[in-house]
Amino acid sequence: MKTIDTLTNMSIQITTEKDTLHISVNGDIVNFDTQTTLKKIQKSITKQIKKIIFINNNLQKWDSSLLLLAFETICLAKDKKISYSIDSMPKNLQELITLAFAVNRKPSHKTSDQKDFLEEVGFKTLSITSKIKTVCKYIGEILSSIGRWLTANSVMRKIDFLSALDDCGPKAIGIVSLISFLVGLILAFVGAVQLQMFGAQIYVASLVTIGMCRIMGAIMVGIIIAGRTGSAYAATIGTMQVNEELDALQTMGLSRIDFLVLPRLLSLLIAMPILTILADFMGMIGGAFVGVFMMNLPYQEYWKYALDAFSLKNFLVGIFHGFCFGFIIALCGCYCGLTCGRNADSVGVATTRSVVNAIVWMIVVTGIITVICQELGI
Amino acid sequence: MTKEAIIRVNDLTIGYGDYVLLHDANFQVNKGDIFIIMGGSGCGKSSMLRVLTGLLPPKKGNVIINGTDITQASPAELQKIREQSGILYQSGALFSSMTLAENIMLPLQQYSDYSPSTIKELAHLKLALVGLNGFDDFYPSEISGGMKKRAGLARALALDPDIVYFDEPSAGLDPISSRNLDDLIIELNRSLGTTIVVVTHELASLFAIGTNSIFLDANTKTILAQGNPKELLKNPPNKEVYQFLTRGETK
Repeated sequence: MKTIDTLTNMSIQITTEKDTLHISVNGDIVNFDTQTTLKKIQKSITKQIKKIIFINNNLQKWDSSLLLLAFETICLAKDKKISYSIDSMPKNLQELITLAFAVNRKPSHKTSDQKDFLEEVGFKTLSITSKIKTVCKYIGEILSSIGRWLTANSVMRKIDFLSALDDCGPKAIGIVSLISFLVGLILAFVGAVQLQMFGAQIYVASLVTIGMCRIMGAIMVGIIIAGRTGSAYAATIGTMQVNEELDALQTMGLSRIDFLVLPRLLSLLIAMPILTILADFMGMIGGAFVGVFMMNLPYQEYWKYALDAFSLKNFLVGIFHGFCFGFIIALCGCYCGLTCGRNADSVGVATTRSVVNAIVWMIVVTGIITVICQELGI
Repeated sequence: MTKEAIIRVNDLTIGYGDYVLLHDANFQVNKGDIFIIMGGSGCGKSSMLRVLTGLLPPKKGNVIINGTDITQASPAELQKIREQSGILYQSGALFSSMTLAENIMLPLQQYSDYSPSTIKELAHLKLALVGLNGFDDFYPSEISGGMKKRAGLARALALDPDIVYFDEPSAGLDPISSRNLDDLIIELNRSLGTTIVVVTHELASLFAIGTNSIFLDANTKTILAQGNPKELLKNPPNKEVYQFLTRGETK
């Protein structure tokens, strides 16, 4: 006889007698860590063992640890096709064991997530191909929706468009103004430190004007609107998915693109260039604030240099950036909302994805526009 | 006299990815029936509803509604079928940015030739039909769960559909509201002659309203029984159906 776990008032003994394994429990089996014992039971189940018997050797108190030990041992016995007996154990423990094995329904569709390298490559390739197809289809649907709108066949509601325009336009003026002012101010500060070394601090006006008008104004507006409005689009449409409102639209035969994407897209296409102009202007004021009040440049002279540096080409390139960014933000926000899952967690994921995707694509598009402008000499 | 079938389902297999939820299902819904799709959790009731409404393509088989196979239908044909049916979702699925009247007016504006004032009056009427007289200008967030379902039903009825689908109409409702909604379903079926398809596992509800039913089983992934729920209770074809209809009693 071998005692494998003995504490002050409990013991579990495992003995082998011919082809039978006896597990004898005694005392209070409470808060007992079963893992070591289970490993030992596992080792004791040799090929000769044909039966496992639990023996109640004056068992007093017991809790889930004993239940777990019995359950795991029975699982082992079932796996190895060995018969078992728990007849001498307390009645309620027997009942619990019966209950635990009452429904033996395992999900048949759950497959292992582990894939080998080639499987993983194949899976990723298929997933990327399918995503590209979905995005192309989405863009196609948007273009056909714009076509329907131009031919007055769209189901877009005027009130939805006005509400979206109000949300991404007038309501964004405050934050866009503040951030752009601060960006102009920072640009001026950073530039001034360097230019002062050459006594050319007056060119701060040119630096800020060119920087803001050409790209910084549009970029800042893009980032603000992606975080503020694009994420709101994803969250709103994602929540509609969770609430089955998108299904309702589909079963009513109403185009989700016409109804949800088009008003948001059009409002951003209008608002973004206007906000970009505002950002350019506020950035220049920020620069002037540093130049006039901190570097003591004459006010008139600052504006003279600023206006000299202002060029229509740069200004229009900035506005074009704003227009493209508007398209990207609306596309990403609405796409992430429409492809959102059907639970609350998915809405958060969709919102995050919309902002990240919008910013990444804005940078990519900026790079493309910059190269094109360079080639065209703009 | 044999009743005319409005929905005919042939050898339908439903699933997601490689997983099959239900296979080789065959049944038909007759005109004017209150047809119950019942079964335990996870047996594919809601998926069946998504297939019937064209939201989920089946893996195999076909669904013929009013003579058109929706699994093979062109977008225009599918659109026509959708105009002839209404759906009440579990949550009501009302558009939260619109008032109740605007929710009901939306399909009317899209598919009918009525004047704006008639559409407004029709929306008012539909709301009155479901017991929400005077709630036209309320937003979904301003009304209770039961009222949302009624408003969702009013929207589903907007285009006088031939078929109305209900997804768990009693879910989240107190017994009285649930009973009232059942009465409303019976009344609308009787007075409008609308065929009604209800997905539910609420026993009280399915016995109260159902004239025909199918029982889906998650283990065998098949239809285990078809017929009037009360008849199925009297003469259960198998123990699964009996246990389901008696809340787990064993014979």
